[in-house]
Amino acid sequence: MLAYLTRRLLTALVSVVLASLLVFSALLAVPGDPAALILGMNAQPEALAALRIRLGLDVPPAQRYVAWLGGVVRGDWGESLQFGRPVAALIWARLGVSVPLALGAALLACLIALPLGIWAALRRGTATDPVVIVASQVGAAIPSFWLGLLLILFFAVELRWLPAGGFPGWERSVTGSLRALLLPVLALGLGQAAVMARLTRAAMLDVLAQDYVRTARAKGLPMRKVIYEHALRNALVTIVTILGLSLTNVFIGSIVIEQVFALPGLGRMALTAIGNRDFPLLQGAILVYATTIVLLSFLVDVSYGLLDPRIRYA
Amino acid sequence: MNGTRLNLVIGGWFIGLVVGGALLSFFWLPYDPNRLDFTAQFARPSLEHLFGTDHFGRDLFSRVLLGARGTLYVGVIAVGIALSLGCVLGAVAGYVGGVFDEVIMRLVDVLYAFPAILMALLLAAVYSPGTLTAMIAIGLATVPIFARIMRASVLTLKERDYVEASRALGAGHGRVLVVSILPGALSPIVVQASLSLAIAVLAEAALSFLGLGTPPDVPSWGNMLREAQGFMTLSPYPAVVPGIAIMLTVLGWSLLGDGLRDWLDPITRR
Repeated sequence: MLAYLTRRLLTALVSVVLASLLVFSALLAVPGDPAALILGMNAQPEALAALRIRLGLDVPPAQRYVAWLGGVVRGDWGESLQFGRPVAALIWARLGVSVPLALGAALLACLIALPLGIWAALRRGTATDPVVIVASQVGAAIPSFWLGLLLILFFAVELRWLPAGGFPGWERSVTGSLRALLLPVLALGLGQAAVMARLTRAAMLDVLAQDYVRTARAKGLPMRKVIYEHALRNALVTIVTILGLSLTNVFIGSIVIEQVFALPGLGRMALTAIGNRDFPLLQGAILVYATTIVLLSFLVDVSYGLLDPRIRYA
Repeated sequence: MNGTRLNLVIGGWFIGLVVGGALLSFFWLPYDPNRLDFTAQFARPSLEHLFGTDHFGRDLFSRVLLGARGTLYVGVIAVGIALSLGCVLGAVAGYVGGVFDEVIMRLVDVLYAFPAILMALLLAAVYSPGTLTAMIAIGLATVPIFARIMRASVLTLKERDYVEASRALGAGHGRVLVVSILPGALSPIVVQASLSLAIAVLAEAALSFLGLGTPPDVPSWGNMLREAQGFMTLSPYPAVVPGIAIMLTVLGWSLLGDGLRDWLDPITRR
């Protein structure tokens, strides 16, 4: 297990470093002088020179990358150009909105999709199975941001039950913040539930078709026992993958949902950073998203090893 | 009609509708999609305006038809980029193997960490946001899946006897890859292309909604939703109609993909 873990950790680290290189070099490719781009056409030469030094443009790119990456590792992510504050602190504050949103949506998706997918698989060949299949197929085709608009239309505009957008902040009002996250979580979670339900059903069907399930049933074990002790445990490996995938999807999906509901999350900040040419902030935000995705896929692989000894020792 | 046929037929109808609408928009549109008509703001659907009008009194049906064109255009080119790049990388990695394989697949893995929206954020900062950056972002984000599928197919196919035979008869690597291996790898790629188109349509709409895709002066479904959001209290139609169009298109591609997969697979085809 240890060898497997170290090998997988190493490839994850390589991925993160390559991702940081991609983020860094993409912004290097900005046509023209970044300082001029940020300050506009009428900038004073002194201001340009000062900004170039602030952005570190007076040092060669390779050296700049190493310095930036070193800073990232130490927690010094540079300073935002539009806010004049440390990037790391800004990102950290915005994660207070984005992470609860993503986790809430993932939790909702699991609560709906796992029972539904398993239930549909067990009822294969009956009239309920196709209903679940069609519902999940349609659900997966609905864009989350459009579902968000529909939810606003219904719950905020028509019924006036919930706010159409905005966020009071955790320190101001916890219940208000939770209320503000309710519709965004629904918008993000329901579509993901549809995707997950389909995959869970397929995973469960796969396991139910295995010989050991037939053997267990043939030797007279009650169906309940067969499902919970034999089938479900083996379907878990696939379900964990689905879970990791879902977490990635909702975290990335939160970028769009934050825009729909005017939530002050990381995605919305990244979008304004583009408009304001705030490269240090944008670099940091994109790196957080990319690293999270790599980390999630690493965790999925590690849990594979825990769940399935064949993978551990391979 | 069994499930496979049903998927193909329904998916085919939806996509046919979108393609038909896009083709129609080249020859005929009921109204100029950008014509402002302040006497007809927020019109409900009627015979005059089939889907109603938006806050500028622009005809939603005309705009949806024009949007179909953009959706297909971006989706097909993005998936085309992903398919060609992914297949070449995957085929070479699988065929050559060894360190070469390891390096290519590590690089492809990195793209996994950048889903379309993230890639678009990055590209939009460098070049200005627009249709081209959206296509490239969606395309690059979709490369890994094609590379993986292609590599897996090549790895299994290159050990087959008929490939061995072709090599023994003196065929070069290029010929073996293109003539002997590629046809066998084709069906999973075709299926994935259809499924990827579904995801590409969703991504394009999301990017346009964020202002990172199709420019605001060109009607696209994502743009229409973005504009409609501010006026939902006045009329729901501009916020509902484009969403239905997106949904049907996504559903169409994914049903078509599922149907093709079952149809191309001799075991489920029975």
